[in-house]
Amino acid sequence: MRLVIAALTAGIAASVAAAPPPGATTCSGCHAAAEGGMPRLDRLTAEEITAAMAGFRAGTRPATLMDRIARGFSEAEAEAIAAWLVAQR
Amino acid sequence: MSAAFPSRRAALAAAGAAALAALAPRARASTTGRVVVVGGGWGGATAARTLARLGHTVTLVERDAAYVSCPFSNTVLGGFAAMPAITFGHDRLAAEGVTVVRAEAADVDPVARSLTLADGRRLDWDRLVLSPGVEVRLDALPGYDATAAETMPHAWKAGAQTDLLRRRIEAMEDGGLFVMAVPANPYRCPPGPYERACLVAHYLKAAKPRSKVLILDAKDPFSKQRLFEEAWETLYPGMIERVPLSGGGKVVEVDAATQTLVTDFGAHEAAVANVIPPQRAGAIARAAGTVDATGWAPVAPESFESRLVPGVHVIGDACFVGQMPKSAFSANAQAKQCAHAIDAALRGTPPPAAKLVNTCYSLAAPDWGFTVAGVYEPVDGRLAEVKGSGGVSPLGASPQTRALEAHYARAWFAAIAAEAFG
Repeated sequence: MRLVIAALTAGIAASVAAAPPPGATTCSGCHAAAEGGMPRLDRLTAEEITAAMAGFRAGTRPATLMDRIARGFSEAEAEAIAAWLVAQR
Repeated sequence: MSAAFPSRRAALAAAGAAALAALAPRARASTTGRVVVVGGGWGGATAARTLARLGHTVTLVERDAAYVSCPFSNTVLGGFAAMPAITFGHDRLAAEGVTVVRAEAADVDPVARSLTLADGRRLDWDRLVLSPGVEVRLDALPGYDATAAETMPHAWKAGAQTDLLRRRIEAMEDGGLFVMAVPANPYRCPPGPYERACLVAHYLKAAKPRSKVLILDAKDPFSKQRLFEEAWETLYPGMIERVPLSGGGKVVEVDAATQTLVTDFGAHEAAVANVIPPQRAGAIARAAGTVDATGWAPVAPESFESRLVPGVHVIGDACFVGQMPKSAFSANAQAKQCAHAIDAALRGTPPPAAKLVNTCYSLAAPDWGFTVAGVYEPVDGRLAEVKGSGGVSPLGASPQTRALEAHYARAWFAAIAAEAFG
């Protein structure tokens, strides 16, 4: 279900070059399309990004920093961000 | 999971409706505009690139041939990086279609919507973005003027000042006293002075081990305080001393001739002095009329448009937008928010909702890093921290964790440099 919704949301975003949802433009300040640093978001699906954010938010996923950032975003916000990131590719 | 599902579905429906609502005006309007960006640092370069990618005609006005980064300039002072590693040109921006004008911005006419350059040229704009950074005040601390800055470098704008301070540290004899004067808040990079104390001590520990670092501070609590104090005790025992405001740490006068820093409680003669004076918004932000009595430019958190001068946006260290600290990460994040808001304004679509993140890495040694992070959202017209988010790295973490954060600090610098400068 979530995959379908994410795909639909991504489709809408791509078709209108939608304005970025809250927080979405921040990610690229750390997550570059380069090896050796923070995980490359351009290699993750929207589902993987939202699952990672959920794990960071819950404290179940090991983190140095992302747990503190993820707690500032709801699940819906994380899903919107993931959809927008995927739509930018 | 199932209990949470209805609310998530409702939120998604709302998000979908918002996306559809955005479709109608976007489909009608396809207007682009002329945007002039002043300042080619972390904020200005990011804003220029983002606006150019969104289809606008962008001119970047930058006085210097290259930008020297304050972030990571302490690694140069610590002797484990060189100036080229923190120096960035604007060639990539020019290649992407940004018109780069090598000139000093002199004045702004917000009614005629033009920017006057020091050489007399005028640039017309539909939107103006000012990202001038800070002006290091040479009129705020008795005895500290442009001449004094040549022998008691602030090195708070990176470049020649960084070089100068590094050479003085290298020339210092073993057993010398390195004295820092640190200002009260707000100023560029709140944890920067304490990182500098660490990395200078890192160099001295190996090269001149009888030397000491003395921090004379005009404030009491400071950013990442317990993490820095833990690092000082662990990595540099007995080498770094800090005198807080309440202990008489505020420097009230300096004498460059004798390299003396004076507090209300005494005078400290330095072998090498690093005087970081109070700061305010860069001169062009003041010339434009965007700066209020605080010395900073109040802006709206969704667009970074000036509260005082419509059509003029101020980003980065020069602006005041609430709790978000003055950092390169903030400037980069604000630049992207501002660029998308300008795009929306020029196209006649609703401004993007704001939620901004700050992340700030500090190095206490080449393999010892820690962070502060914050997530901010508009509350009563200012950015305020989202409750339950943000905070600093844990105390007492393993050396492996500190080394991992140091690795990520370098990765962050590479990532943000690639985004801003290409």
